[in-house]
Amino acid sequence: MKIKSNIALSESGFIFNPNTGESFTLNPTGQLLFGLIREGKEFPEIREYFLENFETEEDVFEKDFEDFIHLLNSYQMMEPDEQA
Amino acid sequence: MSRRKITVAVTALNAIDSPGPGVSVIRGLKESKIYDVRVVGLAYESLEPGIYMHDIVDRVYQIPYPSAGVESLFARLEYIHSRENLEVIIPNFDAELFPFIRLSERFKKLGIRMLLPTEHQFEERHKINLPEFGKKHGIKVPGSVPAYQGAEIFKAAETIGFPMLVKGKYYDAHVAFTIEHAREYFNKISAKWGLPIILQKYVKGVEYNVIGLGDGEGNRIAAVPIRKQYITDKGKAWGGISVSDETMLKLTDHFIESTKWRGPFELELMKDEKNEFSLLEINPRIPAWVYLAIGVGQNIPEAIVSLALGEKVEPFKSYEVGKMFIRYSWDMIVDLKEYQQISTYGER
Repeated sequence: MKIKSNIALSESGFIFNPNTGESFTLNPTGQLLFGLIREGKEFPEIREYFLENFETEEDVFEKDFEDFIHLLNSYQMMEPDEQA
Repeated sequence: MSRRKITVAVTALNAIDSPGPGVSVIRGLKESKIYDVRVVGLAYESLEPGIYMHDIVDRVYQIPYPSAGVESLFARLEYIHSRENLEVIIPNFDAELFPFIRLSERFKKLGIRMLLPTEHQFEERHKINLPEFGKKHGIKVPGSVPAYQGAEIFKAAETIGFPMLVKGKYYDAHVAFTIEHAREYFNKISAKWGLPIILQKYVKGVEYNVIGLGDGEGNRIAAVPIRKQYITDKGKAWGGISVSDETMLKLTDHFIESTKWRGPFELELMKDEKNEFSLLEINPRIPAWVYLAIGVGQNIPEAIVSLALGEKVEPFKSYEVGKMFIRYSWDMIVDLKEYQQISTYGER
């Protein structure tokens, strides 16, 4: 689970993918999640962090996490061997 | 460093909603660090906006349409040369390239240089010949057939299927979903641009474009890939962004090496859901969005002048990724006298 090193994320949550030319905006929660994945944190650690710091249920977080990874994959932001 | 004074003639001053590249080419020339360029604009119509841009276009002459034949064009340029001492001409329209290529040796004798593809290169990459071109050079291209009559669409539909792209031989392209659609576009485009019409398999995906420059010996002098972000209803880019993609650059290198392309070009590519690129079209000239390439560090018009003059040009090694161009329209106020001057005398 590794985000491509050339994906730029600004402080405002703006993401630019230099390979495809696409850009996106993340909300603060998305920015936090993106940051944790980029730091190399694994799923159990990220889940624990979110369950501790956000009012959310385990199954809700897992579904949202999977959706987020799916989006990163579909927009070609993950390293190739990480893509589904 | 003092810049070398030079006179360069440029066509395609039609900076309109379906813009010619001329004005952007001129901006690149004016920003050159090695040339102090005096620009002679060559216009076909008296309302081409570039004619009235005094800050970047020094002199303007009308020239005859390609349909008038190469002799008319030669006679007109011989006259312009006698007045302006042209050193380089940069033609920018698809439809005018053939006569300019034909005249290149005669211009050379007058002391006028150009950097154009050879007649063979120009013909080989033509939309009509694209499937053979793809086979010969090992480049993936969508299937296509030329059609000279509307009835040929039926047969083409059996192999190409729907949706299909209906394209003019120089300009214009529409996606057709039915035979009726295809016939309508066939008639519309052929009335404007003539025959044949190219019927091309539609590739679903995201369009990317590469501007490039080959030195004629198989070397890449410049290449900048972009993604168009805003496309007008005429299919023209109104905004775009430079991207970093090794696959596109490798494909560009392969194109240049394999064809020994001489001069500027634009590759129109479609990236499908498997992330594979198909080459939809090769435009044998500078695209209208060339100013983005200049803005990211590759002054292609300047390099064209150097190559045309036979000088050694070091290939551009890099460009800035993530820079955008956003086009805008701008109303100029023009005195009637100026319009009268160009309309009556064909020069200003």
